[in-house]
Amino acid sequence: VENVRLLDRLSSRRAVVGTLYLTATHVIFVENGSETRKETWVLHSQISSIEKQATTATGCPLLIRCKNFQVIQLVIPQERDCHDVYISLIRLARPVKYEELYCFSFNPKLDKEEREQGWKLVDLNEEYNRMGVPNSYWQISDVNRDYGVCDSYPTEVYVPKSATAHIIVGSSKFRSRRRFPALSYYCKDNNASICRSSQPLSGFSARCLEDEQMLQAIRKANPGSDFIYVVDTRPKLNAMANRAAGKGYENEDNYSNIKFQFIGIENIHVMRNSLQKMLEVCELKSPSMSDFLWGLENSGWLKHIKAIMDAGIFIAKAVAEEGVSVLVHCSDGWDRTAQVCSVASLLLDPYYRTMKGFMVLIEKDWVSFGHKFNHRYGNLDGDPKEISPVIDQFIECVWQLMEQFPCAFEFNERFLIHIQHHIYSCQFGNFLCNSQKERRELKIKERTYSLWAHLWKNRSDYLNPLYRSDHSQTQGTLHPQIAPCNFLYKFWSGMYNRFEKGLHPRQSVTDYLMAVKEETQQLEEELEVLQERLANLQKSQSGNNKVKSKQQDQSKQFGLYTSNNSLANTPQEYSNDLKSFPSRSPSQGDEDSALILTQDNLKSSDPDLSANSDQESGVEDLSCRSPSGGGCLPSEDSGKDSDEAVFLAG
Amino acid sequence: MASRSPPALGGPLLAPRLSPAVPTWHPTRAEAAPMEFSELIKTATVENVLLSRPGLPAVRGTLCITSHHLLLSSSPRGDLELWLLIRNVDAVEKRVHNLGWYQPPRTAGSLRDTRVSGSSGTITLRCKDLKVLQLEIPGMEECLNIASSIEALSSVDSVMMMYPFFYRPPGLRLQQGWHQSPLERHFQQVASQALLRSSQPLTGPNRRRCREDEKLLGTILDEGERGFIIDTRSAQAAKQARMSGGGTEPKSSYPQWRRLHRALDRGRPLQESFIRLVEACAEQGMDRWLGRLESSRWLSHVKAALSTACLAAQCLDREGCKVLVHGAEGTDTTLLVTALAQLILDPSCRSLEGFQGLLEREWIQAGHPFQLRCARSASSHGRGKQEAPLFLLFLDCVWQLSRQFPFSLEFGEQLLLTLFDNAYASSYGTFLCNNEKERSLCKVKESTHSLWAWLNQPEERQKYLNPLYSHNPLVIWPSVEPQSIQLWQGLFLRWIRPSQHLDEAWAEIRRLVEGNNSSSKESTGKRLSQSFPDPTAGTQNGR
Repeated sequence: VENVRLLDRLSSRRAVVGTLYLTATHVIFVENGSETRKETWVLHSQISSIEKQATTATGCPLLIRCKNFQVIQLVIPQERDCHDVYISLIRLARPVKYEELYCFSFNPKLDKEEREQGWKLVDLNEEYNRMGVPNSYWQISDVNRDYGVCDSYPTEVYVPKSATAHIIVGSSKFRSRRRFPALSYYCKDNNASICRSSQPLSGFSARCLEDEQMLQAIRKANPGSDFIYVVDTRPKLNAMANRAAGKGYENEDNYSNIKFQFIGIENIHVMRNSLQKMLEVCELKSPSMSDFLWGLENSGWLKHIKAIMDAGIFIAKAVAEEGVSVLVHCSDGWDRTAQVCSVASLLLDPYYRTMKGFMVLIEKDWVSFGHKFNHRYGNLDGDPKEISPVIDQFIECVWQLMEQFPCAFEFNERFLIHIQHHIYSCQFGNFLCNSQKERRELKIKERTYSLWAHLWKNRSDYLNPLYRSDHSQTQGTLHPQIAPCNFLYKFWSGMYNRFEKGLHPRQSVTDYLMAVKEETQQLEEELEVLQERLANLQKSQSGNNKVKSKQQDQSKQFGLYTSNNSLANTPQEYSNDLKSFPSRSPSQGDEDSALILTQDNLKSSDPDLSANSDQESGVEDLSCRSPSGGGCLPSEDSGKDSDEAVFLAG
Repeated sequence: MASRSPPALGGPLLAPRLSPAVPTWHPTRAEAAPMEFSELIKTATVENVLLSRPGLPAVRGTLCITSHHLLLSSSPRGDLELWLLIRNVDAVEKRVHNLGWYQPPRTAGSLRDTRVSGSSGTITLRCKDLKVLQLEIPGMEECLNIASSIEALSSVDSVMMMYPFFYRPPGLRLQQGWHQSPLERHFQQVASQALLRSSQPLTGPNRRRCREDEKLLGTILDEGERGFIIDTRSAQAAKQARMSGGGTEPKSSYPQWRRLHRALDRGRPLQESFIRLVEACAEQGMDRWLGRLESSRWLSHVKAALSTACLAAQCLDREGCKVLVHGAEGTDTTLLVTALAQLILDPSCRSLEGFQGLLEREWIQAGHPFQLRCARSASSHGRGKQEAPLFLLFLDCVWQLSRQFPFSLEFGEQLLLTLFDNAYASSYGTFLCNNEKERSLCKVKESTHSLWAWLNQPEERQKYLNPLYSHNPLVIWPSVEPQSIQLWQGLFLRWIRPSQHLDEAWAEIRRLVEGNNSSSKESTGKRLSQSFPDPTAGTQNGR
């Protein structure tokens, strides 16, 4: 469709005209005119809603909201065309079969062996060995081979040694969806562990001997402690309501030596609505400070994030400080339980704060234990009530921790944003389906590629320059402040207003420091070479030799500090009054808008992530600090991304 | 703690050890109380006082009050734990509790101590820098005496009795730092872009005109050129000001000027906003934090101030027009807007020296009444009528700019904190009095030290630099969207939030940047020595 206008969210006056293309996998908007021909690409699987608005004099507006929080406003001249696009997109955005998803057609030009290597990057067996199991207390159980006991669990599950197959099967019959207690994290320093399960089918009075034995076995696997905590992550009212349906929670009287604890994290429906409300606030056109703060408060989003963090902090404290094992469950044990177990693991074990460890953590607590990715993130057309930002909340918890502990994580914000993107993109097979069983049936590993290998290949883009493996923040347990701490939880504009680059700091400290770090390393290497040469020179000094230096070329390359890292931008709309006043058109205006360089969360070799058609490598990014590049400050986004922060003087 | 407020700044000092730069424990000549002060000090020393501060272990020691300072030295070791400028005390709250029982002397001639055994009192000191200290003092009478001494000393009005007139730091000469003439220098730089400020015209209810004023504004503009007047009051407020003799420039008499109204709060509403924000920050573990933050309206003031400054900058830079900014007196919101606009437009204001020049020019010499506005801080419920945190609002806006443009300001957060502290209570004369005339009457420049002289000492200066700074010749246009404006936690939660992990991050940044600098130098040095392969160079390096 031609002559389509793409509107700017921050500035209604700025719109670009271009052509809209629909392909089998993407919506593509190509800008007319300018030499750069900016392109905006959106994957069909990212589309969360399409809204056709009332036709106006200028055309028919179409609003596309994406799961990665991009919002695209198009105006299509002809109503008929708009309707066709709308109908096609509705169909394309809601595939009904897995085979329609992008990962089955995505081909990064890797051979079979490379693909298989990619899938081997994250190995959970290795991970359990790293934790220190199997050992004299824990063993791997084959009770769930062929998914005979629980079809949403992995085939290989760690259980206490004293839990026989009989106990496990008995316990599984007493738990929702037969999700029996299994090991999530083991702390080899003090034998304390985190186990996970679903709620017991206790109703008002039901008991199950095997389930009671199962919890006893977990306690025995930690000889240092005479009780375990049972943490129900639901609000107490919700758990009580479940009793009427024959479900519920553990009665302390029936289980020997448990301490029962409720932690009120709301259910997926509350969370879905909360996100919805927060996104409405993010979408407000020129909101006042009050509109924004009240809207954010009333969405309750940060309160929910804090509840999840508090639960994780409680469990980490029990394990690390009290040396007590914890059994965590919610209703089915695949949403809140996954959030809380992974936050606790992240606090406890520095390994999960490395890039590789974080991949392992998601694979362990989310993918292998049957978090329902397909239902929660709507990969296939399904029940909208199943959709909820469960893993988004976990990812945000990690970001909140990164803000409090800037040196503790090996990876940066961009890493989190890209993982979030790919949970929805369906470009890689990792997060397809609802369980390991379904993924095996679909032969995901033979037919698709692994995201982890892709991220690992580009890991230099995702490093946190402040991370040092010998830094105090990278040792041992993290202790976030508990109270007073409401102010510690901040709105994450890098995620939820990710595509409104004008809102973000205009200069990226992370990229700058990474460049500094790289340069220092290069200089040190060079220094070594030079020292060696000097030594040689001195030896051959008597021979009166002449060495021609080629160093001058190099000095340009290392000119980081003689350059400036200054970045230009243009003013926002600070006034509505100015337009009525005859103004000189600023001659610099156009030049400046081409100079825009914003903090770039999207630096990547991945076209879909940056919503761009082409890429520039991180190396070229460095040039924005070099004297030669100082003139035009190229960045990945400049001149290409339709969402850059351009504000019109009016 | 010591790094936050260097000892010799004299202000809010919490030094773990007695630092050499601090006057010694025994009152020196400067500390010796003149008659006026000694009358105010009812009890000079009390032993066995327990000091508690949020986030720090409590300390027991001897409390001593001098003319200008409150000191606490921990017993038994005698290390100085607290050195607080009494001027920094914003409010004193006292609570006495009678733990024992009162026993009247049984016989008339008994030497028995009539003091209530076990009685004690707690004094809470709310400081102007937002720190809160608690002193538990044995003895009810001592407690009340100490409290009233602090109250009396902290509210001494006479400028010339204030600490800067007594403070003589080692290594600094009195005249140092006072003889900058940033005004002249600046006029040369920005002659082409004209940003002007003034107070309101005295139009009055009868719509008086003033030919000279019209002519003056006329001469600023060329034939056919237009200018903007940014009035920092609402159109209605400006109109109302006519009733009291003020007003605005009517279009008919100033045809080349276009007036824009941008209402910025000042005075009482701004002070109350500050108070509410500090209260919200102090309340522990509360619900609806964002709601409380919103109802303080502080961030709305930040957004409004930044937007107006951007508007002024935009008129100058983008429209190429001359801009006149004024409110009523031209000493509050006017300065806020002109100073911020210059920081946005002019890279020379973003260096450490340039920023000092900007403050000197746009705040101090321009006559912002610091003494009136900063007499009390956030604990001054309804006491003063003149207090308003305009300067703090300016510093907050500068902080917002530094967050959005982390490489473009040569100075870091520490400088902004130090300026805030010193504006409210200082050992230096820089922020004393309300205008140049008063400063000259009080002989401030002759008898006190300049804060700038202190800050610009090479070692001190280092603390205030931004390790990421790199000169940016361009205009820095900030985003004023709510998503981009954040609470300045480093100031408002300075004494509440744990900062260790963030401090470590800055240390790491410094380490990275300095590591790069040194290896860059070393490498260049080696390279040079290699590119001139003369025999002596080789042997020199070989040593």
